[in-house]
Amino acid sequence: MISMHKRHRLVAVGVAGALTLALSACSSGSTSSSASGGSGKTAANLNFLGINENKTIAATLTTLSKNECKAENAAQPLKISNQAQGTLDQQLQLLAGQGALPQLFIAANAPSLTQQLATQGSVQDVSSALDKLGVSGDVLPAATSVIKNLYNGKDLVLPTELNIEGIWYNKKILSDNGIQVPTTWSELVAAFAKLKAAGVQPISQAGKGGDGWGVTRWVGDYIARDLGPTALQDVRDGKAKLTDAPYVAAANAIADLGKQGYFGPSPTSIDYTTALNTFLTGKAAFIYMGSWAVSDFTSATENKIGADNIGFMHFPTVDGGKGTADQMPANVGTAVAISAKDFASDTATQAWVSCIVKNYGTVALRDSGQVTGFTVGSGVTVSPLSKLVQDEIAKTTTSILWFEAYFSAKATTTSQNDGGLLASGQLSGADFMSQVQADLGS
Amino acid sequence: MNRVLGDKRAILVLLGPALLVYSLVMLAPMLWSLGYTMFSGSVITGFSWAGTKNFSTLLHDPAARAALVFTLKYAVVVTVGQVAVGYLLSLLYVFFLRRASGLIRTLVFFPVVLPTVAVALLFQKFFEFAPQTGPVNSLLEALGMHGVDWFGSAGTAFVVIAVMDIWRSMGFYAVLLYAGLVDIPEEVLESARIDGASGTRLVRSIVLPLSLPVLVSSIIFSINGTLKVFDSIYALTGGGPGSGSTPLTLLMYRTSFFYGDYGYGATIAFGLTLLSLVVTLFIFRANRRDVTEA
Repeated sequence: MISMHKRHRLVAVGVAGALTLALSACSSGSTSSSASGGSGKTAANLNFLGINENKTIAATLTTLSKNECKAENAAQPLKISNQAQGTLDQQLQLLAGQGALPQLFIAANAPSLTQQLATQGSVQDVSSALDKLGVSGDVLPAATSVIKNLYNGKDLVLPTELNIEGIWYNKKILSDNGIQVPTTWSELVAAFAKLKAAGVQPISQAGKGGDGWGVTRWVGDYIARDLGPTALQDVRDGKAKLTDAPYVAAANAIADLGKQGYFGPSPTSIDYTTALNTFLTGKAAFIYMGSWAVSDFTSATENKIGADNIGFMHFPTVDGGKGTADQMPANVGTAVAISAKDFASDTATQAWVSCIVKNYGTVALRDSGQVTGFTVGSGVTVSPLSKLVQDEIAKTTTSILWFEAYFSAKATTTSQNDGGLLASGQLSGADFMSQVQADLGS
Repeated sequence: MNRVLGDKRAILVLLGPALLVYSLVMLAPMLWSLGYTMFSGSVITGFSWAGTKNFSTLLHDPAARAALVFTLKYAVVVTVGQVAVGYLLSLLYVFFLRRASGLIRTLVFFPVVLPTVAVALLFQKFFEFAPQTGPVNSLLEALGMHGVDWFGSAGTAFVVIAVMDIWRSMGFYAVLLYAGLVDIPEEVLESARIDGASGTRLVRSIVLPLSLPVLVSSIIFSINGTLKVFDSIYALTGGGPGSGSTPLTLLMYRTSFFYGDYGYGATIAFGLTLLSLVVTLFIFRANRRDVTEA
C-alpha cells in the first residue's frame, strides 16, 4: 500500500507528459513549417504535382525521363501525381503548411499565393537557381519579363508555357454565314447576333465553378481595350476600383452577351473540357482561349473540324478605347515552381531541373506543339498553328495580364465562380464587380 | 461492483485512457480552433493577433449572412422532408407491408450506403440541362414543357439539393422510426381499434404520441446533420452557381483553405457550433415540456 501515492503521482505525471508531448507536437507543426535546408539527402523520387486539366507538362516530363533526362531519372525516378485545378491552391497551402511540397509543382492559380509561398521560403527563386546550374541562357528573356511582371518583380516559375490569348474562330462557320473576321467590338457583337439568328452558338466558354475564368477573360480584355493596358494595375495600386463606372461598363458589355444567350444554353453547366469540345466539334463559332490549347487543336482525336479550319484573332478594339489590338494578353499559363527546401539540398533534383531547362522547350514544341519560355533546339518542325503562336509572340511588344492576375485568392475565386452567372446573363456587371471588389478588400 | 466503482483509482484506470484520447483528438483541436478565432493569417503567411476583429467581420459579412440563410433554409426543408418522408415510409412498413416490408426496406435504405459523390454525379446527370439533356428535362420536354436549367440558378439548384438529400437519407430515418413504431404494444393499438379509432385518428392519437421520443431523436439527428451539410452540396453544385448554394460549412472551408484565412474560417466554425447548440437545446426543451404536459 505504500506505493499507492506513488502510483497516483506516476499516473498523473504520465498523463501530463503525454498531453505536453502531444500539444508540443501540434504546435511545432504549425509554427516551424518553414524548416530550412535539409540533411543533404537525395529524395527517392522526383515528385511532380500536376493538374488534371493540363496533360502536356506531365507528358513532356515523362518523355524527358525516358530520353534526354534518362540518367537523371535513373538517379531519381519521376513520379507524377495530379490534382484538379480548382483545388490546387488549397492543396498547395496544406502541403506548404506541413513542409511537404513536392520538388516540382504547378504554380498556384492565384499568383499572390505563389508570392506568399516564396516569402515564406517554400518557393525557389528561379533566376538564382538557373545561375547556380549555369543554364540561365536557356530561358527566353521575354518569358522572364512576363514572369516578373506577374510576381511583382520576382522570378518564381519555370516557363513551361509561354502563351498568348485571344479569340479563336471556326473559319468555315464564319464564311458560311458571310462574316468577315471582326476587328472591333461592335463588329464582333454584330457577328454574334448574326450567328445566333442563324441558329449557331456564337461563343463556347466554360462557366462551371472555377472554370468561369474563360468568361472573366472577356471582362479583363475589354477593360484593357477600353481603359488601356495598365487599368488593372491601377486597381491593384488603389488608384481605381472595379466598381468605378468604366470598369462596370466592361462587365456590363459581357453580361449583355450573356443576356443575349451568346454563350449557349446554361454556361454554368459547362466545364473547360466541354467548352473546348463544343468548339472542336464545330458546335460554336468562337472561343476565347490561350495558346496552350494548340495541343488540343492539333490533336486529330479531339479536333473534328480540322486544324486548318481554326483561325486566331486579337481581342478586338473597343470604340473610343485607349487600348490597341496589338496589346497582347500573354502569360506563362500553367507554370512549374520549384520547392526551395528540396532544391537547396538535393543534387539529384538540381540535375533534373538543369536537364528540364535545357530540353523542355524542344520536346514540348516537337511533341505537343506547345510554345514555351525555353529555348528550342534547331530542326524542330512545327504545325502551322504553333508557328502562328510563335510569330504572334515575336511580334508582341506590349503584353497585358488577365483579369484576376493581381487579385487575392479570395477575389480570384469569387470572380471565377461568378463568371458563369455573367455568361448566363443572371448577374449584372455592377453586381459582379461589386462582389469582386468587396473580396479585394480595398 | 459498488466497491469497484467507489474506488477512485479504478475509475481513473477505466476512464483515463478514453478521456485522454478524447481530449487529444476532440477537445484539443476544438480549443485550438477556438484560439484561431483571435488570429488572422494562415500557416503560410504566419499568424497575427486580431482580437475580436473576426467576430465583427462575421456580423457584417454579406457572404456569411447569405450562407447562414442558405444553411437554415436547407436545414429546415431537408429535416422536415427527411423525417416526414421517413415517418410515412415507416408507417407504410408497419401498417401496410408488415412482414413483406423487408425487401422494400432494403431498397429504400440502399441510397444511404452509396457514396455521396456517386449519388451527386447521378443527380447531376439526372437533372442535366447542357451539353446533354438529362432524363428529367427530357421528361419535361416530352410533356410539352420547357426544360429547366436546374443548376443555373440558386433557387432550382436548391430544389435538386433538397430532393437528392431527402432521397439519400429517407431510408435511414424510415428504419430508425420503424424501430420506434414496432415498439408500440399491439394491445394498445388493438384496444384503440376496438374503441373505434382507425386510419388517421389512430395515427394522430395513438401512434404519434407513442413514437414521439424516437421522432424527436430523429429530428435532432437530422437537424444537426443538415446544419453541418458539406459533402453532398460540395459534390453536387460546388456551392454554385456563383455562391448561390453555399452553406456555412463550405464558406468556412473556402475561407480557411482556399483564401488562407484560418482565423476567420475558425470564427465561422464557432458560429456554426453555437447555432447547432442553440437548435439542439431548443428542441430538447420543447420536447421536455411536451412530455411533462402529457
